[in-house]
Amino acid sequence: MANDIDGGVARPPERRESALQLWIGRVLRGGVFTAALVAVFGGLIYLRRHGASLPEYATFHGVPSGLDSVHGIVRGALQGRGRWITQLALLLLIATPVARVALSAAAFVKERDGTYAAISALVLALLLYSFLGGNF
Amino acid sequence: MTILDSTLWIAAGSFGAGLLGALTGLGGGIVIVPLLTLVFHVHLRYAIGAALVSVIATSSGAAAAYVREGYTNIRVAMLLEIATVIGALLGAYAAGFIAPRALAVAFALVLLYSAYRSIRPLPDRVSAAPPHPLAVRLRLNGTWPAPGGERPYTVQNVPGGFAIMMVAGAISGLLGIGSGALKVLALDQAMRLPFKVSTATSNFMIGVTAAASAGIYLRRGYVDPGLALPVMLGVLAGALVGARLMAAARTRTLRTLFTGVIVVLAIEMLVRAARGEF
Repeated sequence: MANDIDGGVARPPERRESALQLWIGRVLRGGVFTAALVAVFGGLIYLRRHGASLPEYATFHGVPSGLDSVHGIVRGALQGRGRWITQLALLLLIATPVARVALSAAAFVKERDGTYAAISALVLALLLYSFLGGNF
Repeated sequence: MTILDSTLWIAAGSFGAGLLGALTGLGGGIVIVPLLTLVFHVHLRYAIGAALVSVIATSSGAAAAYVREGYTNIRVAMLLEIATVIGALLGAYAAGFIAPRALAVAFALVLLYSAYRSIRPLPDRVSAAPPHPLAVRLRLNGTWPAPGGERPYTVQNVPGGFAIMMVAGAISGLLGIGSGALKVLALDQAMRLPFKVSTATSNFMIGVTAAASAGIYLRRGYVDPGLALPVMLGVLAGALVGARLMAAARTRTLRTLFTGVIVVLAIEMLVRAARGEF
């Protein structure tokens, strides 16, 4: 193997992962674009209602309740509340790399690549723990 | 200043950070936290939450481009993501127990390190040596689209790279940054990947690393949508415009300028931390 590389033998370009590459590119771009659009929509509602108030970011007091859990965010967004819609968009943005890992895991399973399917599944499990752990 | 005013100003500042970050290759995320805390007097915890979200947006955009061009080593990324994600979870947990003042000092040190690396770039250490045994077992060696066609490379020191990545993940989770400078240290200095492959692979991993801490930040109330919105959109727009302008801009002058800005921000953060602010 080392000889093959040291000798600089011109090997045909390996494009085994090209379908996966294409899909990963689509998921990443699509996730960011959708999140940005939804975030702007929520932001416009928020600014129209609260744009004239004074910001309070100098002291830390967390966020209004409901903005800190998946359940609360979805419920507030469904009620058409601006900040909750923006937070839903941020949730979507955070989920974008997670979806990328899920996609890789599926691709490795399809290729019957047990080692990398297991590695991807482990990363996915750790991410889901962070995302959903504690209060859902 | 009303919420509308501050939203517009923060968006403009973030746009500038994203633009300069993309033009100089230093990343805009790193100056977001000092910008928000020093200029807009935002509490450090909110600033870190907003910066982390913007890191996910810009790195995902960049990663999409690199992966299509074939620079990214997906296997190396998947393997090392175990390390960065565990590090990020630990870092994000720890962040809640560390005083903002101590976090600010750590942040200033990371800023100074990035500035130093920008002035003294590390040499490209691509090697033709036989790969590390683990690299063979895990099929990490790959090829990259060099100007003359696909060129193979080998991967060295897998355990060393893994260890540095765990530290990079922890710093990312602690400070809400991508810590690209440390990731590149693992990928091109320890594992000896070609420079472009290491940049692309690092970018690919940053989103996943940041997502791991973002879940914890969100539940702790660090992510305020009213603040994260202008930061995320500003940095993203700045990075997109920056990528377009890249060829035309005089990046050397800009790089020196931006490095100077980073040093000034780091010193200001240290001074304020010493005064007991944050």
